[in-house]
Amino acid sequence: MVVLSQKSASLLHMEVLEGSRAVAEVVKRCRPHVISAYPITPQTHIVENLAQMVADGELASEFVNVESEHSAASVCLGAAATGARTYTATSSQGLALMSEVLYNIAGLRLPVVLTCANRTLSAPLSIWNDHQDSLMVRDAGVIQLFAEDCQEAADMHIQAYKLAEDHRVLLPVMVAMDGFILTHTFEPVTIPTQEEVDAFLPPYQPLHYLTPKAPLSMGTWCEPDKFLEVKYMMHQAMEVALTLIPQIAEDFRRHFGRYSGGLIEEYRMDDAQTAFVAMGSLVTTIKDTVDELREEGHRVGLVKIRAYRPFPTQAVARALEGVERVAVIEKAISIGGVGILAADIKSALYGRERPMVGTFIAGLGGRDVTKDSLRWIMERLEEGATLQEFVDLNLSLIGDDEG
Amino acid sequence: MKLTIGLVTSPGTSRANKTGDWRVRRPVFLHKTCTGCLLCQLCCPEGVVYGEAKTFDCDFDYCKGCGICAQVCPVHDIEMELEGE
Ligand code: SF4
Ligand code: SF4
Repeated sequence: MVVLSQKSASLLHMEVLEGSRAVAEVVKRCRPHVISAYPITPQTHIVENLAQMVADGELASEFVNVESEHSAASVCLGAAATGARTYTATSSQGLALMSEVLYNIAGLRLPVVLTCANRTLSAPLSIWNDHQDSLMVRDAGVIQLFAEDCQEAADMHIQAYKLAEDHRVLLPVMVAMDGFILTHTFEPVTIPTQEEVDAFLPPYQPLHYLTPKAPLSMGTWCEPDKFLEVKYMMHQAMEVALTLIPQIAEDFRRHFGRYSGGLIEEYRMDDAQTAFVAMGSLVTTIKDTVDELREEGHRVGLVKIRAYRPFPTQAVARALEGVERVAVIEKAISIGGVGILAADIKSALYGRERPMVGTFIAGLGGRDVTKDSLRWIMERLEEGATLQEFVDLNLSLIGDDEG
Repeated sequence: MKLTIGLVTSPGTSRANKTGDWRVRRPVFLHKTCTGCLLCQLCCPEGVVYGEAKTFDCDFDYCKGCGICAQVCPVHDIEMELEGE
C-alpha cells in the first residue's frame, strides 16, 4: 500500500524535462552555497539553468563566473574549504583542465559534487559522447557514479551530496551522464519537492573549515614518511563509500519511492550464460536487446556498473558467478592497452571460477551502439572473441583511396 | 603527530617544520663591508635574517641555504660556504 501511494504521489510530480534541466532542478533543491562553472558542450545547459535560477532569485547560491574549468574547480575547492556546499559541471576538455584541481579537492577531502556530461576528448575534435573524460580521472580519488537515464542522473545528485559529505567519506563525487544522449534528451522525470529533499539531505556539516575566527592549515606539506598513509586514508574512505552507496540508495528509496542508486544493477542474470557489462545510457539499449535475445532462447543478462569508483569488486564477482562468457562494452579506449573497464572486471574475477571476458570498444566519439551492434558482440563472444574487439569498425575508411 | 582527514593542522606549521636541514651551503656574514642596506633581510624568502649593520646573521633552524642573501648583497659581505667544511 505504502509503495503504491508513493508511486502515485511521484507520478503527480512527473514532468517532461530535458536531462540538463532535471539535473539543474535537483541541484537547486540541494541548496549549494556556491556554484562555479565554465560553459562547455554538452554540459552547458545544466549551469545555464542554474545561473538563470540564481539571476531570477529562485536560488540563493553564489554563482561565480570564471574564465576556465581550472578556475571553476578551484572556486569550488576554496569555497568547500570554508564549509560551503558546492557544485560544478563540465565535460571533456573541461574535465581535463580540471583534473589537476580534482586531485587537490580529493586530497583535501572536500565533498564537491560535480556532473560530468560525458564527451570524448580531442583530437580529432568531437563534441559527442563517450566515457573517455570521466575515465581519465579514474585514479584521482573522485567517486564516480554513472547514470543510465535522466531520472537516475537527477536522483544520483541528491545521493551524491549525502555520500560526499558523510564524515567517513569526505571525497568529491562525480555524477557521469552521457552527453546529448541524456543531457539533451527530454524524458519524463519526477522532480522531488524542496521539502522532500530537505528531509533527506540535511545541511552540510563540515568536519573542518577555514574561518578567521579559528585559523588552521589545510592540506599541509607532506614528507615521504607520511604520503602513503594519506593516500591509504583516501582509499579507506572509498571502501567506506562502497558500503554507504547501497545504504544511501535504500534511504533514498524510503524517502522518494525509487532506488536510483546502488553499486551495480543486475538485469535478467538468473541462469544467464552470457552477460553484458556496461555503464551509462547504453544500458537501456542492452536491456531491450537482452529481452529480445531471451525471447529467442538465449540465456543472456546484463550487469550495469553504476559505481565505477569505488569499484564494486565483490558485487561484480558475485553477479558474474557461474556465467560462461562476459562482454565488457567499453565507451572509452586505452590506446595501446586493453579495456579500461574490462581490467576492473577481470581483476574482480581473478582467483575464481572465471568466465571468458571479451573487451568490446564501442560507441566512441558518439557513434551509436545499436541492437545490431550488441547482437554482433554476442556472436563474436560465442565464437570465442579474444582480447579486444572494435565494434562496427569500418576498415574501408582506412588506407589508400585507390586501394 | 596523528594524520587528520585532509591533513588539517593548527596554524604555525612553518615554524614547527624546521627547514634548516635542507641546507647544502650556509651563508657566512663577514661583517666587513656591510653598509646596512637591509637587502639581505628584505630578500630572504624565509625571513630569517636578523640584526643590523655589521651584525647581520640568520636563524639556521630555518635558513634553507638558497643563497639569495649572498646574491643580493651589493658589497659581497656574505659568502656561501659548503656545510660541513
Ligand atoms: S641563504 Fe636564503 S634562507 Fe638562508 S639567510 Fe640567506 S636568503 Fe635566507
Ligand atoms: S645586503 Fe650586504 S650590505 Fe646590505 S645589509 Fe645585508 S650584508 Fe649588509
